[in-house]
Amino acid sequence: MLNAVYQLKKPRQFEMVFKDVTFDQEHIIVRPTHLSICNADQRYYQGTRPEEILRKKLPMALIHEGIGRVVYDPTGQFEIGDYVVMIPNLPSEEDAVIAENYLRSSKFRASSTDGFLQEYIETVPDRLVKLPEGINLTVAAFTEFVSVSFHAISRFMETANTKRSRIGVWGDGNLGYTTSLLLKSMYPEIEVYVMGVNESKLHDFTFVDGVYLVTEIPEDFKIDHAFECVGGNGAHKAINQIIDYINPEGTIGILGVSEDLAPINTRMVLEKGLKIVGSSRSGRKDFTGLVELYREKPEIVEYLENIVGEQITIREIKDITRAFEMDSHKLIGKTVMVWDK
Amino acid sequence: MEGSNIYGVVLAGGKGTRMGNVEKPKQFMEIGGKPIIVHTIEKFVVNAEFDKILVLSPKQWIKHTGDLIRKYIPGNDRIVVLEGGVTRNETIMNAISYIDREGCLNEDTIIVTHDSVRPFVTHRILEENIRYAREFGACDTVIPATDTIVESKDGQMISTIPDRMEMYQGQTPQSFKALHLRSLYQSLSKQEKEILTDACKILVIKGEKVHLVEGEESNIKITYPYDMRVAEALLGGR
Repeated sequence: MLNAVYQLKKPRQFEMVFKDVTFDQEHIIVRPTHLSICNADQRYYQGTRPEEILRKKLPMALIHEGIGRVVYDPTGQFEIGDYVVMIPNLPSEEDAVIAENYLRSSKFRASSTDGFLQEYIETVPDRLVKLPEGINLTVAAFTEFVSVSFHAISRFMETANTKRSRIGVWGDGNLGYTTSLLLKSMYPEIEVYVMGVNESKLHDFTFVDGVYLVTEIPEDFKIDHAFECVGGNGAHKAINQIIDYINPEGTIGILGVSEDLAPINTRMVLEKGLKIVGSSRSGRKDFTGLVELYREKPEIVEYLENIVGEQITIREIKDITRAFEMDSHKLIGKTVMVWDK
Repeated sequence: MEGSNIYGVVLAGGKGTRMGNVEKPKQFMEIGGKPIIVHTIEKFVVNAEFDKILVLSPKQWIKHTGDLIRKYIPGNDRIVVLEGGVTRNETIMNAISYIDREGCLNEDTIIVTHDSVRPFVTHRILEENIRYAREFGACDTVIPATDTIVESKDGQMISTIPDRMEMYQGQTPQSFKALHLRSLYQSLSKQEKEILTDACKILVIKGEKVHLVEGEESNIKITYPYDMRVAEALLGGR
């Protein structure tokens, strides 16, 4: 089948190409329905990745957050018409110790291979997870994004010491929202505090125990552990502030992506005996765990509706461009493309 | 989604050239290492709305078409290969007769008819064909004309130049409520049938409405060797 693939040819320019999809007994074909834009996509679209990276990776179809409907399944694992979330990490080996999203051999959609901006997606059954009936599809579109928070929290629970009464989340953007929301929902006994730079955005974190502007954190404020969800050129400031406020032997989970190096106060990391745990992307068990959590606690999905930004129906390539331009000007919120191309 | 009463009708016309002759019908030529007709049928297979996909083939090529389908799209019981008619519209009538014989033809039956040599048809085009055929009874896939259309009655002199803004180039699919299409076709005189170049004209000459569906530049009809080059180029993405 001649499948239309919408690749970013160079920054701000999409182009349609066709790639053959062969029908066999192992692969399932999914029709994408809702696709969500991530900052990583924006970095390619705007051309803010280093020149040599752009040269190496483009042309490539963007988008690694998305859901769709099963249209062809020779394996019989899904019903035709099932709504599924698509897992963008594509492992080529199994490892008893290293998680699939950290294996250097794994490919990742819209990074080392074409993303979901395609007419149809051909994939294997274990890269799909069935969504709960009746779930808000716009929210479900960014399940991958939320699964990154789920993964970071699971990792944190395996790493951090058991003194966990107060946790701080730095970042008042989408990632700070999903991380603090999951943390509070999964561990209601933990006091969760969110630190940010925008007062009006912080007002939306109604489910946590407290919010502070980074310039107004009380001197005697203490936390046992923290998550950094800032990234970009603010990452190092956030990490250093966490180092100042965190209790000894605390764990700092770093989630924010930064193009530049982040100088951090290593003297105090040593003195306090801190652990710094990097966390990136997610794997199948995070998707299944999160979808189960959506089933058990539907109020999480309701809270996530608050970060749905623009929804744009895509019928032409220029609609994709419009969606990316609108997304780049947003203050907060996930831009979701309703796929009708 | 079984029982939607929607049928894909893939029109694999072309000359009834016998196997072994130098020139095979275009639908059997390969792009990307696969026969064009297989690419086209696959686009219908991934749309669960189609109850069945009827592939109309010249009599001599029925077995060959069936073999290709079994080879490339194994285990698919929704595809049926039927014999085409002498003209395009007779071929469509054969498809409707099949639905009738199966006892499934009623006022709501929709057929989405498509050239087998247009393998670049997209999901959206098929979806909109179904939607508009349901809503308006008939629809035709078109793209706005980019070249000025010139009309000449004698092939020597221009008789008129219509306003390009009002001109479109016809593609396929063309979709219809099958029962209504058949009764209109049967009501035409022999003379009227002779001037039909496509199925939508059956409705147009009877004063019936046909809705437009926006096609795609890439939804090309592979007719000439040049088109094969274009098709291979479209498929050449990294």
